[in-house]
Amino acid sequence: MNKVHHPRDPAALKRFLVTCVAVAILWQMMQLAQFDVLVLFEERNLKVFANFLVQFFPPNLQATFLMLVLKATIETLAMATAGIALALLIAVPLGLIITYSLSISRIGPASGHQFAKLGRYLARMLMLFLRGIPEIIWALLLVRVFGLGPVAGVLAIAITYGGMLAKVYSEILETENTLPARALLLQGSGRINAFLYGLLPGASQELASYTVYRWECAVRASVVMGFVGAGGLGQLMDQSMKMLNGGEVSTILIMFLLLVLLADYISLIIRRLLA
Amino acid sequence: MKNIAFSFKNVSFTHSNGQEALKNINISASAGESIAIIGPSGSGKTSFLQLIATSLRPSTGSMAVFNVDPWAISKGQLQRLRSQIGLVHQAAPIPPRQRVITAVLAGRLGQWPFWKSLVSLIYPVDISGPQLCLQKLDLADRLFDRCDRLSGGQLQRVGVARVLYQKPDLLLADEPVSALDPVLSDLTIQCLLADAQTRNACFVASLHAVDIALRWFPRIIGLRDGEVFFDLPASEVSESLLQQLYAAERGVLPKQDNVNTL
Repeated sequence: MNKVHHPRDPAALKRFLVTCVAVAILWQMMQLAQFDVLVLFEERNLKVFANFLVQFFPPNLQATFLMLVLKATIETLAMATAGIALALLIAVPLGLIITYSLSISRIGPASGHQFAKLGRYLARMLMLFLRGIPEIIWALLLVRVFGLGPVAGVLAIAITYGGMLAKVYSEILETENTLPARALLLQGSGRINAFLYGLLPGASQELASYTVYRWECAVRASVVMGFVGAGGLGQLMDQSMKMLNGGEVSTILIMFLLLVLLADYISLIIRRLLA
Repeated sequence: MKNIAFSFKNVSFTHSNGQEALKNINISASAGESIAIIGPSGSGKTSFLQLIATSLRPSTGSMAVFNVDPWAISKGQLQRLRSQIGLVHQAAPIPPRQRVITAVLAGRLGQWPFWKSLVSLIYPVDISGPQLCLQKLDLADRLFDRCDRLSGGQLQRVGVARVLYQKPDLLLADEPVSALDPVLSDLTIQCLLADAQTRNACFVASLHAVDIALRWFPRIIGLRDGEVFFDLPASEVSESLLQQLYAAERGVLPKQDNVNTL
């Protein structure tokens, strides 16, 4: 019988080389980041680890402390929600400006195309600036202006998340089917109408669930900012940590998990409503 | 003197990939005229309609729509001009999750003040208007359905209804009946023709089926390889001329019967 000749996969060599390069780069990165898994399992370190964890038990469930946590939770939720609401005021206009498929002058291109391009470029730069600086830096800066308290945290979230949301919104809108929006622009409708009637029906679910995810991130971020004096759960946690009160810290951590769970649930409900 | 709806002078269009779609087009049409564009696939029918619709910009030559060069005016003026041009796309560009009524109402977005389009998202500002347009196309019972519940042929007619609702002075249609059976095809074409006639609008449709074009349209333009092969009254389009037009497809004339058996 004839031996059957299998043709070789012509892409195999390239794939192999790409994998080698990726591993080589990753290895260098790990070295640079001083990443060494084995350190985790050295006996001395395990002991330190265990001692640290033991402090967290049992969680502090005294009524007076729980009331404190509840109050801080509400403050944190208010901070995150207000922050996201303000972020939307920045993100929605910016996102609509930079979305290429909603540009009227792009078709053709028509007169004013260069001007519109410049506008999109500037909006992109602004967006980059807003989200490029970490929220904690904004918070440190703003605490100096507004003093200790949630205002600085809310504004810091609004600024950074405004930039992030704008970027992701425009990316979501670009991956949608853009023909409906183009067709509307071609019958004289404006940019916002083309968005509302052409893109939003398809993109609403994804836009909403990403926004809720960012809200969840804002809850966590507002905690970090509590450490620099912006109020809420973070500030409470900062105090408990400084007093080495592990029980209190673990109560606060449990609260966090509940908040993330809540965010998940809200996202689920919104997706169902929009389906 | 009749009002000129659109005019092309030595217009050519080359795609960004270097492929020449249309060569040296000289055509004008006046208000109230109804024109069918026929020709083998790839002959430039869609590009031709997109040029009129200001969706594409001519590479060379000059054009005017309602005596205005759309590429020389401001953005606001261009938007107003476009609100008077309605294009029925070959595949209706409608988001699947949109309701039929919203999709039809969207035809007037270019004419409405902004507040009206916002209000209409909460509660439709006009229900009888879209209903009437759908009724003409035998689709009134789907008014409040979502578009992803419709068949291809129904969706195509929603696209037609949107442009009927827009009431444009320049009515363009790119293969508007490609997904419809012969009976509905005739109904839809008649509907578009009647609408254009009553409002004295100019109607230009590209058609794959030669017999529909000859049956309903007074003026026929034949495109071949991106050039105007003939531009004649329907009565003067002879069988041999058609044979030459479709020579690339072995002279087999695409008609309703053999087109719609797809």
